[in-house]
Amino acid sequence: MSIDKDTARRVAHLARIEVAEADLDHLAGELSAILGFMEELRAVDIDGVEPMTSVTPMRLPWREDVVTDGGDAARVLANAPAARDGFFTVPKVVE
Amino acid sequence: MTDLASLTIAEARDGLRSGAIGAVELTDACLAAAEGAAALNAVTARTPDLARAQAAAAAARLKAGDAPDLCGIPLGIKDLFCVDGVPAQAASRILEGFRPPYESTVTARLWDAGATCIGKLNMDEFAMGSSNETSVYGPAISPWRAAGDAALTPGGSSGGSAAAVAADLCLGATGTDTGGSIRQPAAFTGIVGVKPTYGRVSRWGIVAFASSLDQAGPMTKSVRDAAIMLKAMAGHDPKDSTSAPHAVPDFEAALTGDLRGRKIGIPREYRVDGMPAEIEALWQRGAEMLKAAGAEIVDISLPHTRYALPAYYVIAPAEASSNLARYDGVRYGRRAKIGPNEGITALYERTRAEGFGPEVRRRIMIGTYVLSAGYYDAYYLRAQKVRTLIKRDFEQAFDAGVDAILTPATPSAAFGIGAMANADPVEMYLNDVFTVTVNLAGLPGAAVPAGLSAQGLPLGLQVIGRPWGEAEMLDVAFAIEQASGFAAKPAKWW
Repeated sequence: MSIDKDTARRVAHLARIEVAEADLDHLAGELSAILGFMEELRAVDIDGVEPMTSVTPMRLPWREDVVTDGGDAARVLANAPAARDGFFTVPKVVE
Repeated sequence: MTDLASLTIAEARDGLRSGAIGAVELTDACLAAAEGAAALNAVTARTPDLARAQAAAAAARLKAGDAPDLCGIPLGIKDLFCVDGVPAQAASRILEGFRPPYESTVTARLWDAGATCIGKLNMDEFAMGSSNETSVYGPAISPWRAAGDAALTPGGSSGGSAAAVAADLCLGATGTDTGGSIRQPAAFTGIVGVKPTYGRVSRWGIVAFASSLDQAGPMTKSVRDAAIMLKAMAGHDPKDSTSAPHAVPDFEAALTGDLRGRKIGIPREYRVDGMPAEIEALWQRGAEMLKAAGAEIVDISLPHTRYALPAYYVIAPAEASSNLARYDGVRYGRRAKIGPNEGITALYERTRAEGFGPEVRRRIMIGTYVLSAGYYDAYYLRAQKVRTLIKRDFEQAFDAGVDAILTPATPSAAFGIGAMANADPVEMYLNDVFTVTVNLAGLPGAAVPAGLSAQGLPLGLQVIGRPWGEAEMLDVAFAIEQASGFAAKPAKWW
């Protein structure tokens, strides 16, 4: 399977990574080479094989649905590139 | 004792307890060694104030007779671990300026045990790389040199950890291993590196790369030190839902070097095309060492081995694309500047384009592609089924009575910085050929130095253990360490 320029543009957008139009051909080539390496998986007989969903056979534990941490807005916001009045700030989202 | 920083953890522990050396002077020796090793670019943030405060507290505990094994032992911490208030960037521009307001479970355990923190250590960006060259800080440099003075890679992604331990900047270091990132750099620098069973060590507070593959482990100067450090790092943690509620054995007590009654498998599929003769010979010598220690050596087959790398390079990027979605310039790290008429999407896209390096961008996009509608079944689901088969190969070998498996750790000795600059990304991925199977199957693996290449560079062997069989695995590594008598150290040039 090889990736064309339009697919490269779509993947970059899905991944929310800006790629200049002039760089799309190069990107498509790189991604195609990596996918080519994965083509070898097609040779494996996977009939009736279950996909791995858990590395070790264990059930995810449950706990009481209670607050265990929090109330630390100032320390959380200390790392924000932009914050105001106890909130993260971002450019206008709704037009 | 003139050079305290060159001690092993076990030697220092005994010296600290007997009073022959002091915790403060030991930590000061490592801080001085780290300060004098700028040429190695192994340390990304030095933490002398933290280290000295911890050393003073350790000295008091030692005096009071309350001294766990790591009390007063100076360690380095891979930049992937969060240490409260200390910069943690995962060697990425996108986390510029980030200071975590919390402590990872692993580092909290180490400090509770009395260890001291000499600083954060260099690595490949988000642990994606095999040569430390994708780091925003620039590559860490190996203390080892071959003929000529060309700079060599310490390996990756835990390259700073490997360089720091091999150069005696600290007595041990933390690493993380998603496809070989502890074992390959350990092998390249002549030290011991252990990737524990998935779930043995808590992942909480460690920057995530591929959550079903990531495990943290120790990187040390000896197998005994790895056993000591792993015991302190391991254990159940309610904050990590994949952390196993198993008791942690005394790994150090299991080190006997006596392998009578043990069966060691040699997997024929690891004899890969183009394997250098010296790697093949090292592997053969390793098997002979284990036989001499009493083990029975058997040929085994792990038939799906050749599919491990392609499966890994579907699964790891898929998980990374999801884990790294959080870096969007809103909550932490670096935010790109956007124009007055641009909106939130431009903010996300430019922040991520500027903040991630080329290898990380590539992997996020590959992961996005294999998870996208129309390709999920062909790539991701298929890779997860192949992963089941790879795990089954190991289960069948263990069911047939094999106690541990011996393989080379890497397909070559360390290569030069820049040597792979023009290579295809896939060529760099081939470094993981002997190590990724272990992550896919969730098994423990240890790299142990076993000899030198014709150029005088370290070569390592890998011991793969049964699930939760780290103690038995380390005992096999211990037998190799004893038989090989590996004691080479890099000559100081930095």
